[in-house]
Amino acid sequence: MSVLVNKDSKVIIQGFTGSEGTFHASQMIEYGTHVVGGVTPGKGGTEHLNLPVFNTVSEAVEKVKADVSVIFVPPAFAADAIMEAADAGIGVVIAITEGIPTNDMVHAKNYIDGKDTILVGPNCPGVITAEESKVGIMPGFIFKKGRVGVVSKSGTLTYEAADQIVKAGLGISTAIGIGGDPIIGTTTKEAVELFMNDDETDAVIMIGEIGGTMEAEAARWVKENGTKPVVGFIAGQTAPKGRRMGHAGAIVGGKDDTAAAKMAIMRECGIHVVESPADLGATMLKALEK
Amino acid sequence: MNIHEYQGKEILKSFGVAIQEGIVAETPEKAIDAAQKLKDETGTGWWVVKAQIHAGGRGKGGGVKLAKTLTEVKERASDIIGMNLITHQTGPEGKLVSKVLIAQDVYYPGESETSEYYMSVLLNRETGKNIIMYSTEGGMDIEDVAEKTPHLIHKEEVDPGVGLQGFQARKIAFNLGLSGKAFKEMTKFVSALYKAYVSTDSSMFEINPVLKTSDNKILAVDAKVNLDDNALFRHSNYAAMRDLSEEDPAETEAAKSNLNFVKLDGNVGCMVNGAGLAMATMDIIKLSGGEPANFLDVGGGANAATVEAGLKIILNDQNVKAILINIFGGIVRCDRVANGVVEAYKNIGEIKIPIIVRLQGTNAEGGKKIIDESGLKVFSAITLKEASDLVQQIVN
Repeated sequence: MSVLVNKDSKVIIQGFTGSEGTFHASQMIEYGTHVVGGVTPGKGGTEHLNLPVFNTVSEAVEKVKADVSVIFVPPAFAADAIMEAADAGIGVVIAITEGIPTNDMVHAKNYIDGKDTILVGPNCPGVITAEESKVGIMPGFIFKKGRVGVVSKSGTLTYEAADQIVKAGLGISTAIGIGGDPIIGTTTKEAVELFMNDDETDAVIMIGEIGGTMEAEAARWVKENGTKPVVGFIAGQTAPKGRRMGHAGAIVGGKDDTAAAKMAIMRECGIHVVESPADLGATMLKALEK
Repeated sequence: MNIHEYQGKEILKSFGVAIQEGIVAETPEKAIDAAQKLKDETGTGWWVVKAQIHAGGRGKGGGVKLAKTLTEVKERASDIIGMNLITHQTGPEGKLVSKVLIAQDVYYPGESETSEYYMSVLLNRETGKNIIMYSTEGGMDIEDVAEKTPHLIHKEEVDPGVGLQGFQARKIAFNLGLSGKAFKEMTKFVSALYKAYVSTDSSMFEINPVLKTSDNKILAVDAKVNLDDNALFRHSNYAAMRDLSEEDPAETEAAKSNLNFVKLDGNVGCMVNGAGLAMATMDIIKLSGGEPANFLDVGGGANAATVEAGLKIILNDQNVKAILINIFGGIVRCDRVANGVVEAYKNIGEIKIPIIVRLQGTNAEGGKKIIDESGLKVFSAITLKEASDLVQQIVN
């Protein structure tokens, strides 16, 4: 068992023939991801990277049995692409696109609620199950196989965490980049829950940032239901109130969504919180020794 | 994107939201013309002169004044235009006022008492749905109300599938204690406000106060409107409302080079790829005994040109005593970034402060070698711990 994607996942790329889609599809194929084709409306029936291009996601589901989709469609059309994938019955939809209007995501999230689709992202690096399937834009070589799961709102901080874990002599089961937007599909809590139920994962790294309440919700869930050690970090301890720090969702609104407030709740809930992101690997090693 | 009160009210009015009418003026002379015109159009006897800056708390800071005659309008406008307005949101340095809104007086006496309410529309991130937040405690700082009397704040969540329903607008008007004409006016007000919020792709509306006049009209007396930057591509008319004089010049400059920059007050600058790692790098600077001077995300394509643009922006800040460049190379190769740093360094000429370059990920060793052999006053690091130790040495 593994989380969200594995070597059997049949992946399609929405926005396949665009420059981003083309580049990252090639990288995914090189990594060994089972890419079965892509969707670009109007280019159906052609081939790209020696794989079939379809006009619609439902056609891709019908013809090549796609069950995972990764979205590189530009922001103005990305929410539509998410809904199309959900409508076609895709089980896991991973939206990489950054800059989708929030209002569009309000509708997309509402649309997929109640459907059998798990959305990851948008504005995320994707999901990688080490040495099986990379569905996203992360550099695959950092993620050596192991038994630590990573959930993070940030791309490069995910790579940082994975790198430290690997250099500590451990490795990664799956890393889930959940994204830095105000509205995202899979929440921190949901990702942590997936890892707690995964028999290939022994411990979890949970990386959050300022803004919202997802980390607090995840921490409370861990306190009640957690069975594996969790090491946590919140980026933005020095971020000023009311300023957006790069990610659309990374903004301190009140006293509950600061890094300090989140870290305090995480500590109370038994999570091994690190003050410095340089200590993620060493802290995980210690947490696993206990 | 934030816009001015007068612009926010213009947008609200275009969606049928009743507002306190006003005309914007850049000089005391134009303020008189505006006041006269407003009198002709609305019959107002008195006027309110309101400083137009992107910050709340203008009244307490002396940026909102009543004028009872045209002479007073001119005097008040002369006082306010050109003043450096300091409020709890501007910071101690304040903001220069270049425009005033000449607004009608809506607190005139009449058949009933006037009442002020609070209303905002915003996203509830936990549910992914919009909410209307409202309170009978208008005209006050809502954070204080939330602290002292949280039971006086109500929230109405809107189903995105069907939008705001009539029963919800009625519930809001009832909860605000209204009846008769004012009740009907409030339901209209709420419905129009929500429609405006969705149609403009806003991130936040805050109307504080919403006023019930003595003749039972419901009006937006102030309007704080924040538009979703990601949706501005479909609202070119609103995008044109951007007032660059309200933004930090360094941030505007950075945006031209596709850099995401936020100016802070510290002594150690930083340049990072990725927003999360950039925040984490600021945190490391603090833990190492420094204070971050900025947030700077160079994004996925760190090359010589972006590194140079970023360095120049950071170096403009006289408080900066050291710079930490922190790049985790994924798709971006560290040796290329290292070459970019060396090239940018040479192009800029003499850099008098120490620079620490931490390169990790793809070709990190090669990158470190390029930095070490460049002969420049640049310290190289590979792990985050090493970078953090170097910051500590330099800061102390």
